[in-house]
Amino acid sequence: MELLVTLYFYKMKHDPKNPTWPDRDRFILSKGHAAPLLYSILAQAGYFPAEELQSLRKMGALLQGHPDLRIPGVEMPAGSEGIGLSVGVGEALAAKVDKRGYRTYVLMGDGEQQEGEVWEAAMSASKFKLDNLIAIIDRNGIQQDGLTEQIMPLEPLAAKWRAFNWNVIEVDGYDYLQLIDAFDAAEMTKHRPTMIIAHTVKGKGVSFMEWSPTYHGTAPSKDKITDIYKELK
Amino acid sequence: MLEKLGSMRSAYGEALVELGGSRSDVVVLGADTTESIKSGMFGAKYPERFFNMGIAEQNLVGVAAGLALAGKIAYAGTYAIFVPGKCVDQIRNIIAYADLNVKLVCSHGGISVGPDGASHQQLEDIAIMRVIPKMRVVVPSDSVSVKSIVKSIADIHGPFYVRLTRGVVKGSTSPIVYEDGFEYKLGKLNLLRDGSDVAIFACGLMVPEALLAAESMKAKGVSAAVVDAHTIKPLDEELVAKLARQCGSVVTAEEHNIIGGMGSAIAEAVTKHHPVKVERVGVVDRFGESGEATELFRKYGLTAARIEEAAAVARKSS
Repeated sequence: MELLVTLYFYKMKHDPKNPTWPDRDRFILSKGHAAPLLYSILAQAGYFPAEELQSLRKMGALLQGHPDLRIPGVEMPAGSEGIGLSVGVGEALAAKVDKRGYRTYVLMGDGEQQEGEVWEAAMSASKFKLDNLIAIIDRNGIQQDGLTEQIMPLEPLAAKWRAFNWNVIEVDGYDYLQLIDAFDAAEMTKHRPTMIIAHTVKGKGVSFMEWSPTYHGTAPSKDKITDIYKELK
Repeated sequence: MLEKLGSMRSAYGEALVELGGSRSDVVVLGADTTESIKSGMFGAKYPERFFNMGIAEQNLVGVAAGLALAGKIAYAGTYAIFVPGKCVDQIRNIIAYADLNVKLVCSHGGISVGPDGASHQQLEDIAIMRVIPKMRVVVPSDSVSVKSIVKSIADIHGPFYVRLTRGVVKGSTSPIVYEDGFEYKLGKLNLLRDGSDVAIFACGLMVPEALLAAESMKAKGVSAAVVDAHTIKPLDEELVAKLARQCGSVVTAEEHNIIGGMGSAIAEAVTKHHPVKVERVGVVDRFGESGEATELFRKYGLTAARIEEAAAVARKSS
């Protein structure tokens, strides 16, 4: 959440009144299952009325279960993991060809790093020296079946990205100052792409949800909602 | 008839170079086969709009999608075996679902790849691609139509899959069907010769075979219509219905598995509009093997003689 707030309300050049403005910065949500988070940010920014959030995932609604190009502000349809960084490379290459100054941000999941295409895209971003491409990994350590380090270990993750010749910055994903510094540093980096590894805790602030893979793809039941509100207050 | 030869790949390269000159929004992506499939000709002329993605086809397709989202017309391709099968996820979930301006033009479709064998002979691509909503599927029959099609689709928004073949004649060429030129119209098929006894729908390298079969049948008093069924989706159902009515029997011929390909598309349209007997000529649900293209075409029944046999069966039971 802090990450998207930093991007949409501090870092990115964008215009909710003109979602297809050619010079806008692009945000690609590659981990499509985080769609509700993106939608709430887009609604807050003014891309569509907040009432739409009430009909999320319902038939006939604007807000589909996963990001969809019909939704103002959504840059890429997502759902199948591993594709977003490739699409980001394409957007960044187009900016280079057209000599446009926009920047492309791609948010990936950590479990998503297990997809081979991510590393194909990593190689190509280095090859084309895409300093206008910034990728972010939400490093919460959890995927659907359990902990990433048990299902298919990713560490040393930062070293992997450095070996692919990316500028790698590690931050606390809840610390606005660290996030701001990281995005600003990425902008100053020339001739190579930047990877920001944001360390987060899934379900942060709710004792029974933190570090629990149960809530990766499942919403908490109704009787749990009151407990959640109590803990988050 | 069919004496002149041409290379589909060279026609592809030439078309890209011409497009590069007339449209600044065209970009081309390859995957380490750019010399072979001739997309490198575009790269030599317009290096700033040409991207070699290496042996990484899923990224090739994903990056093409990104370029299209940014307003480019992206031509991406390599050998057919590496795109429809390996990248169906990227093609379905991004390119087709978002209706992006990506033109997937792949060479080495079919069994005519020859000595490389089964692993490189893409015989399932028409089926895979035509089941995806929004995707258009085109299988040109010669170098003249390749050039026209590759250029024309730049002006039609949305995704295309264009399957080229290596050719059956030495030097990777194939007979020229359209000596007098070819003009592409999406959704309109070309009736190459009219007839009244049997309608033959062929695509790709089977078009010359169909013409030879029709000529042979004529000598025996059978009048065969021949259609170049280059655009399998969207299908020219009007022409299919008209010829089914007019001839009363139908034969299809394709360098593809007979399941799910062009023949299946024709059969679907025939049953919808005017049910008559349809005989499908193609590779009968099996893999290919190494060998010269002409030898393989004989062994797998991709010949004028086989089309003629199929026509006799179709007419007998109609």
